[in-house]
Amino acid sequence: MSAPVGVVAATGSGRVVPAVLLILLAALPAVANAADLSFATLLMTRVMIYAIAALSLDLILGYGAMVSFGHAAFVGIGAYAIGIASAHDLWEGAITFPLAMLAAGLFALVTGAISLRTRGVYFIMITLAFGQMAYFTASSLSEYGGDDGLTMWAQTEFLGAEPFGDRTTFYYLVLACLAGCFVFLRALVASRFGRVIAGVRENRLRMQAVGFNPYLYQLAAYVIAGMIAGLAGALLANHAEFVSPSYMSWQRSGDLIIMVVLGGMGTLHGAVLGAIAYLMLEEGLSHFTEHWRVIFGPLLILIVLYARGGLGSLLRRGGSDG
Amino acid sequence: MTATLVAVQVLNGLQLGVLLFLVAAGLTLVFGVMDFINLAHGVQYMLGAYLAVTFYGLTGNFFAALVLALLAALAFGLLLEFVVFRHLYDRDHLDQVLATFGVILFLNEGVRIVWGAAPLSYPIPQLLQGTIPLIDGFGYPIYRVAMILSGLATAVLLWFLVTRTRVGMLVRAGATNPRMVSALGVDIRRLFMVVFGFGAMLAGFAGVMSGPILSVEPGMGDGVLILAFVVIVIGGIGSIRGAFVAALIIGLVDTLGRSFMTDIFKAFMAPAAANQVGPAIASMLIYLLMAGVLFFRPTGLFPATGR
Repeated sequence: MSAPVGVVAATGSGRVVPAVLLILLAALPAVANAADLSFATLLMTRVMIYAIAALSLDLILGYGAMVSFGHAAFVGIGAYAIGIASAHDLWEGAITFPLAMLAAGLFALVTGAISLRTRGVYFIMITLAFGQMAYFTASSLSEYGGDDGLTMWAQTEFLGAEPFGDRTTFYYLVLACLAGCFVFLRALVASRFGRVIAGVRENRLRMQAVGFNPYLYQLAAYVIAGMIAGLAGALLANHAEFVSPSYMSWQRSGDLIIMVVLGGMGTLHGAVLGAIAYLMLEEGLSHFTEHWRVIFGPLLILIVLYARGGLGSLLRRGGSDG
Repeated sequence: MTATLVAVQVLNGLQLGVLLFLVAAGLTLVFGVMDFINLAHGVQYMLGAYLAVTFYGLTGNFFAALVLALLAALAFGLLLEFVVFRHLYDRDHLDQVLATFGVILFLNEGVRIVWGAAPLSYPIPQLLQGTIPLIDGFGYPIYRVAMILSGLATAVLLWFLVTRTRVGMLVRAGATNPRMVSALGVDIRRLFMVVFGFGAMLAGFAGVMSGPILSVEPGMGDGVLILAFVVIVIGGIGSIRGAFVAALIIGLVDTLGRSFMTDIFKAFMAPAAANQVGPAIASMLIYLLMAGVLFFRPTGLFPATGR
């Protein structure tokens, strides 16, 4: 397992890696424009949106050891909130963004209240099933495109301004969201609340004996993660200007787990690194062959069998050695 | 008229139910004995159908294709166990989920490379063509009846194997306390392999049987896998009896819900609204059922003993 919570934040890689990442991400649009690679800005915007979703999953998966296999549903619900609002001619982000987060949070509250009554494999399968429920429900919304999805004919506005219209502005807004979520979650896992969550992960019975109610703490973490994933979904809808049930498919939930594990669980910056690595790998391999999954599948198996700690642990090891 | 319609849909529900049982039985056995969560079980179902396509092309005979596909599915299941799965028995569930997810990615794409992305099919055998007449002129396809019967026969066979044979006794003992069984001199790894191969063959059987009535295409196992998860969660993980009961419940609820939910809503709602709400509720129905069962019984209807 990873180093105890809080230790990561205090030691070297816990500060250095996020700082370096922030500087690199902040510099990217300027470099991309100079090198005439403006598509890179668009691609990295998408990567950072998924990084936000992966961050939220790391809170419950990495710190809480809740293996949620339905996390894409929250992203999809956030996206659909924006899409459905746009279908009713509601474009004001100051209304729709909180709405998206609330909708995802509400879904997390209801499904979490049932799922968290169970443990282990049951929890994995139930979250998977609830994710599928959201997927099929979205597919049956014939008024909002059904299976085919819903095309938005404009992007969200904020108090009359259209910040998502410009690529670079959109990029920096997403970066700000990512940084904001990161700082928030860092503070959360270092707080008393975060320590209780980690304590339940290590020894549920003992936490109960000390007088905490693990169920309520886990449910709160689950809802927070759902709301942040909903934010990612709202951004994703604006990025693609399109929402579709495929955002909620169980493969997408699997992708998010891969991102978190690939980067190293329970570190937060690992989730960001994992999202970058996974989507870059997908991008790179799919240039190489349309059947990139035939390469990625075995690669994933090898990673699970032989490289357990993820990219984050490699960095940490490199950092402490050098 | 309506009675006939209900009868047809009940039969369809039973047919879906036994199909789900065939897939869920292997899944729940593998989990019960090895504490191993195998997401790749759905692609083994898919592979059964694809193998049947190929063997049907070679032999031109459904039953020959069935037997060959079952043997090939068994061999492939054992190969997967040998190459990937046996390294995962001691790992935690997250590792098992990820690695078997990798197997899914690989096989779904591999199938697309080998057989192409277009849906394939093979015909219903001559022997099982035609319909059985129901009341007032409506018929029900013999092939679907054969599916129901073969599923029920498999369930009886499985019950016999698990409760009345020595291997079945070891499987039950292994599910309760694998260490003790191992200490008594049973080669637990070989037992795992037998159970695993058998589960793969059952999933392959379900795939072969559903080939003629569903389209054979990449990813066809994913939906079945998730329904099978719902089944074993409701039935109680590790319990064959639970899987059987839950599979029939899920098959019936899903089929009847999709057929009649809109009409039921029309009874007390405006037709336009019912047309919107009906399908949405129908597609959520089995998940709501699952949530309801788990709310009252977090370990399912028939929790396996000793775990």
